[in-house]
Amino acid sequence: MLKINNLKAGIEDNQILKGINLEIKAGEVHAIMGPNGSGKSTLASVIAGKEEYEVEGGEIDFEGTDLLDLTPEERAHKGVFLSFQYPVEIPGISVSNFIKTSINERRKATGLDPMPAKELLKKLREKMELLSIDKGYLSRNMNEGFSGGEKKRNEIFQMAMLDPKLSILDETDSGLDIDALRIVANGVNKLRREDNATIVITHYQRLLDYIIPDFVHVLYKGRIVKSGGKELALELEEKGYDWITKEADKKWA
Amino acid sequence: MSEKKQQSEDKLLEKVTTTEYKYGFTTDIESDSIPKGLSEDVVRIISAKKNEPQWMLDYRLKAYKAWLEMEEPEWANINYTKPNYQEIIYYSAPKQKPVLDSLDDLDPEMKKMFDKLGISIGEQNKLANVAVDIVIDSVSVATSFKEKLGDLGIIFCPISDAIQDHPELVKKYLGTIVPARDNFFAALNAAVFSDGSFCYIPKGVKCPMELSTYFRINEAGTGQFERTLLIADEGSQVSYLEGCTAPMRDENQLHAAVVELIAMDDADIKYSTVQNWYPGNAEGVGGVFNFVTKRGICYKNAKISWTQVETGSAITWKYPSCILKGDNSIGEFFSVAVTNNMQQNDTGTKMIHLGKNTKSTIIAKGISAGKSEGNYRGLVRISKGATNSRNFSQCDSLLMGDKCGAHTFPYIEVKNNSSKVEHEATTSKIGEDQIFYCNQRGIGTEAAIALIVNGYCKDVLNQLPMEFAVEAQKLLEISLEGSVG
Repeated sequence: MLKINNLKAGIEDNQILKGINLEIKAGEVHAIMGPNGSGKSTLASVIAGKEEYEVEGGEIDFEGTDLLDLTPEERAHKGVFLSFQYPVEIPGISVSNFIKTSINERRKATGLDPMPAKELLKKLREKMELLSIDKGYLSRNMNEGFSGGEKKRNEIFQMAMLDPKLSILDETDSGLDIDALRIVANGVNKLRREDNATIVITHYQRLLDYIIPDFVHVLYKGRIVKSGGKELALELEEKGYDWITKEADKKWA
Repeated sequence: MSEKKQQSEDKLLEKVTTTEYKYGFTTDIESDSIPKGLSEDVVRIISAKKNEPQWMLDYRLKAYKAWLEMEEPEWANINYTKPNYQEIIYYSAPKQKPVLDSLDDLDPEMKKMFDKLGISIGEQNKLANVAVDIVIDSVSVATSFKEKLGDLGIIFCPISDAIQDHPELVKKYLGTIVPARDNFFAALNAAVFSDGSFCYIPKGVKCPMELSTYFRINEAGTGQFERTLLIADEGSQVSYLEGCTAPMRDENQLHAAVVELIAMDDADIKYSTVQNWYPGNAEGVGGVFNFVTKRGICYKNAKISWTQVETGSAITWKYPSCILKGDNSIGEFFSVAVTNNMQQNDTGTKMIHLGKNTKSTIIAKGISAGKSEGNYRGLVRISKGATNSRNFSQCDSLLMGDKCGAHTFPYIEVKNNSSKVEHEATTSKIGEDQIFYCNQRGIGTEAAIALIVNGYCKDVLNQLPMEFAVEAQKLLEISLEGSVG
């Protein structure tokens, strides 16, 4: 589904990603871990198409199209979803209005009519139940006055509504207490299917107790320096990153 | 469409098709204008052409003399070259627009704009001055509504007609809220106003329709020095709309309108404006200068609510105000003011609390884009006798890009200690982050800006009558098109 090939990107003269290679197949969950400043969020932003990052080389093949040729909204229309680490507020726009606009813009791009109100309502109810969200929430303004946990839940709610092919969860666990973490993780697990894929970006092992990855990658100084199965995460929890980063520093010195 | 509406439209259609077509678009309008410049003679000629009574002429002459002694105000935070008042033609009969055979002949840019605004074909025809044989044109609709209003005793007519037909009302109220000496532009207006609207709602009558929903197109042609006088008698209610979302081009660079509202005891006036005069080109050349004085007075338990969406004009100078004279009276001001390219505005309100337990609310939303400058200027004055009064003001500015400016000048004077005044102000920018967030959810940049701006203006747009609100929303989108990117 996704094949990242020697991706190099940065901001201004500062190269952050120094040649990322990563392949993700439908049905898989990949965790990307690594110390602070290793480039995890940059990778997420570059896949989603944030403009401030300059791509210097490589490609991001998504089902036969190079995402780098597309605008952020075109990538979204193709089924790429990014759950933001810091979701922004949009004052005066209700959650339901935002989601409706989002769904219908995507439908418009693919030549479909807007989703009938009845269908939309049914879907909203269904997904709200999935994520234990109460009714009043739909009429609140986007992320305005939301707690950290509510913001993250709102991200996963949108993910559920938009039904993307590839979801990237950028530090979704940060700022969540254990109950919220469980609800969010549970939601993500229920959305897992054979025909979609998920990238979980996280600093800690904790989230991976709930969302079990098929593969774990360690990102360090802009490169994937180690990949393995879910047991790698446990090893990292136990031993820290030092044993990997030292080796990597030697190799790329 | 409801059955009732369908029936009344059918009836109307029948009327239009069976009666002789009274309101052709091609009637000859005699084109007469007078030499340029302003003098006592010119004031006399204007009055004579309108066949006005002596008292009206006297009123104009007094205003003219006052104007001669006044100076053009310079305190507003706007820069422009002052008009040469001797180069302006102060009276010309309504201009005849060229008649088109069909909408296909219309300037494609205009046509595009009409479509974007969602203006109906019928209205488009009227706006573009298309000669059509049978159309439920707004003139006929207006006529039938006028009959209905007449049955309720509501007077709604051009102010020049009111001067002829209802001199006692005009004489009693004209210039009582905005005296001729009030300011330079009000004096000029009083001396030379060409026409405008007059409205009287009798005691206890609730006006059953939004006044000028169907009239606005006719009003669209009203000129340079417009004069409006609206009187809501005791216990009456009216909602009045002025302006037009469609872009308005005008040869006249200077506009100086005066609006006076009188809300008697227990009366309720809602006055909504959408202003979209030509703002000039991207370099700011050729736009309209709009200097407007709008003020209303509230007697006991009365309420005046001003709502405005300002997107046009090169220069806007405008402060719709409320004098809260009666106890328990209420004043409201809801405003969205957009400036783009080289536009400048200095707009806000004055809430003068005189009566006890008076309340006022101010919600002002400025949006600046391009190289424009937006200013909010507002006065809240609570006099000594206005005990237990309250004001809440919220002034927000939204900036798009980094070449525009937004400024807030709030003036607050409180003369007693039982009153409460709150003022909140914010300045924000449409962030790249907000736009990227929307993009990531599949919403393109233009649509994202529209969404963010609509959210920002929601509290004001919600005050507009439904049909107008939808158009105003689209107008905001169009006004800001291409301003980020």
